[in-house]
Amino acid sequence: MNAMTQTSSRFQQGLTRLLQSRVADILSYPHGVDRYLEVFNPLWSVNEVRAKVEAVRYLTEDSVTLTLRPNHNWEGFTPGQFVQLSVTINGKRQTRCYSPANSLHRADGCIELTAKVHANGFVSRHLREQLSVGDVVLLSQADGEFALPEQRPEQVLLISGGSGITPVMSMLRTLCDEGFSGPITFLHYANSAADMIYASELDEIARAHDNVTLVRCFNDEGEQGELSGLFSREHLYIAAPEFAQATTFLCGPPPMMAAVEKVWEEDGLAERLHKEQFTLAAPQIESDSAEGEVRFVQSEKMAINNGATLLEQAESAGLTPESGCRMGICHACTCRKTAGEVRDIRTGEITSGEEDIQICVSVPVGTVTLDI
Amino acid sequence: MSIFSNLSAEQFETIGQELDAIRNREMADLGEEDANYIRTLIKRQRRLEVAGRGLLMAGFLPPAWLAGVACLSASKILDNMEIGHNVMHGQYDWMGDPAINSKVFDWDNTCTNTAWKQTHNFEHHTFTNVLDKDHDIGYGILRMSEDQEWEPRFLFNPILAGILATFFQHFVAVQSLKLEDYLIYKTKTKEEVKAEFKPTWKKMRKQLVKDYLLFPALAGPFAPFVFAGNMAANVARNLWSSQVIYNGHFPEEVEQFPESVIENETRGQWYVRQLLGSANFEGGRLMHVMSGNLSFQIEHHLFPDLPAHRYARIAPEVRAICEKHGLPYNTGSFVKQSLSVWKRIFKLSLPSKTEGGSKNGPLNGLRAKVVSLTREPESETRKAA
Repeated sequence: MNAMTQTSSRFQQGLTRLLQSRVADILSYPHGVDRYLEVFNPLWSVNEVRAKVEAVRYLTEDSVTLTLRPNHNWEGFTPGQFVQLSVTINGKRQTRCYSPANSLHRADGCIELTAKVHANGFVSRHLREQLSVGDVVLLSQADGEFALPEQRPEQVLLISGGSGITPVMSMLRTLCDEGFSGPITFLHYANSAADMIYASELDEIARAHDNVTLVRCFNDEGEQGELSGLFSREHLYIAAPEFAQATTFLCGPPPMMAAVEKVWEEDGLAERLHKEQFTLAAPQIESDSAEGEVRFVQSEKMAINNGATLLEQAESAGLTPESGCRMGICHACTCRKTAGEVRDIRTGEITSGEEDIQICVSVPVGTVTLDI
Repeated sequence: MSIFSNLSAEQFETIGQELDAIRNREMADLGEEDANYIRTLIKRQRRLEVAGRGLLMAGFLPPAWLAGVACLSASKILDNMEIGHNVMHGQYDWMGDPAINSKVFDWDNTCTNTAWKQTHNFEHHTFTNVLDKDHDIGYGILRMSEDQEWEPRFLFNPILAGILATFFQHFVAVQSLKLEDYLIYKTKTKEEVKAEFKPTWKKMRKQLVKDYLLFPALAGPFAPFVFAGNMAANVARNLWSSQVIYNGHFPEEVEQFPESVIENETRGQWYVRQLLGSANFEGGRLMHVMSGNLSFQIEHHLFPDLPAHRYARIAPEVRAICEKHGLPYNTGSFVKQSLSVWKRIFKLSLPSKTEGGSKNGPLNGLRAKVVSLTREPESETRKAA
């Protein structure tokens, strides 16, 4: 590091400390320093991780690969972990989880996220169609138990399906950059060759590293892969006969993961299998009826959904959530719904997933989980 | 009460449906435009604030001081009115951005988010203009309705209204304490007041330290200029926002309601009570923004959680509904509404002319009141005995 960059980094550290100080806190009270900094540059922040889009690439027909340069609040990640990416679509903030796919040792400090665009993929479609270089997105710090252990295993088996490739791609790239010499088998499932994200890069890696075995398995008939069809025990015997000795990392669609888990359980190897559920198997609720239950997470209570508003159901379960007008005007009762669908009794609109709702005007449609 | 009681159940029902239709249509339309509007406004407010505080650092130069006060006043007004008031109403909760969310947003004001949401968002907006339920009718200090019983302290109505306006943020901050219950009616103990004051004082202290200690200290020898500038900006914000709020509910034609109206009140009746209990004032775009669109107080009371910049657009429709059903739509210029408010403040400082003793004049009413007040404890003791 030369003198110039040393001074500038010391200056930056001093500035950061100043902006995080109690004095800065009071001077900017009650909004906080970040709310002033962002006015001048959307990337400036004392606490939040924000990232600039450096590149947008389309590796397949239905995916988008983003290169993001996070600001200095980014604390890094462990291969396999995920981050929450937030973008604003039609004025509303939307958050989704993605795993960085890049190597831990990537030199430019950027992270790479790849999203597969599903038919109903509201956010992924936005990322592919609307996001462009120079845009700023919001990130969380990396999180998740699914991660390459610090003490690298002797033998690694990576199994992925579809967009589940991203966390294991990061593991593979990291291990290769570290000159890892143990055997690595990369077993990937995709519908077709054209559908496979990172296909050409994986090809190159396998060619350049003797210890890396790439096994591609395509679902569509007539595709040229090492294997075809859905995951089976036979696939495992062909692709990774020594799977029992390997530390295995698995990420993919729920049915595929279930099939793999079954094999490991049958063989009593469950603890050597590390897995990440990438897409949740969402329950489909057809009718708007008083079914299911209402779960109150913080107070660890539960009630059978009786069709009344969530506020009334919470109260009859013995809770006293904050509330006011009981007609949806004062927002005193707003609370976090972590799962399930609710109907707004004023508009009849049904919304699902994690969101803030006014419980005095919301009735549950099926099972709903509230963070109260 | 005449118009209110003249409407039939069907008319209330129709009015309710018509207003609900507007509400649903607007709510379904929320999106990028609203998000851009509030974000842009916040950006402008923050820039004005930084500019204002910066200029005041050079406040020993009179033009810089004046410009600084102007910027900071405008910034504080925007922060409290079009941003704070509206964000804390939940108008932008749907955006999912914690920085613009009613649960966590706080404003540049000594009143806490929590206390304000209790007194304003809940009490005032649910029980709008219902005597003894809506504390905003006079804030426990003023007599603002004929139906409020006259007390000798109300002779000071105009003076108190002026003090209230000057120190408005502090009165709003302590509104939830209902100090009159301790000072005048003795239904509240000192300990209760102390305990309730704690969170408010915590916030008040920070605001005061910021404006009257820290920022002046940053100016070193020019501290007095910054101190005075900040005080001027706070007073300007207080006078402006209090007048905007007086104009929203205190013009002479605005009605108050007895508690009986809220029993089994239908949605249509609730809407009509909001209509009759509020008043607008007219002006240009800047006037609307600086008043937090409370120049459309009627629309705000009908749809308090609808982003306020939409009120101007729906106001003609609301007005048409009023005309169709023979309801008044109370509006006028800022000056006209202000004069009407102050006329009412002066008028109500004196006892109302009751049906029986109207010819005896106000002084006679005062004498009767004093007599009855001095007698009260006696009758209490008698009852106890």
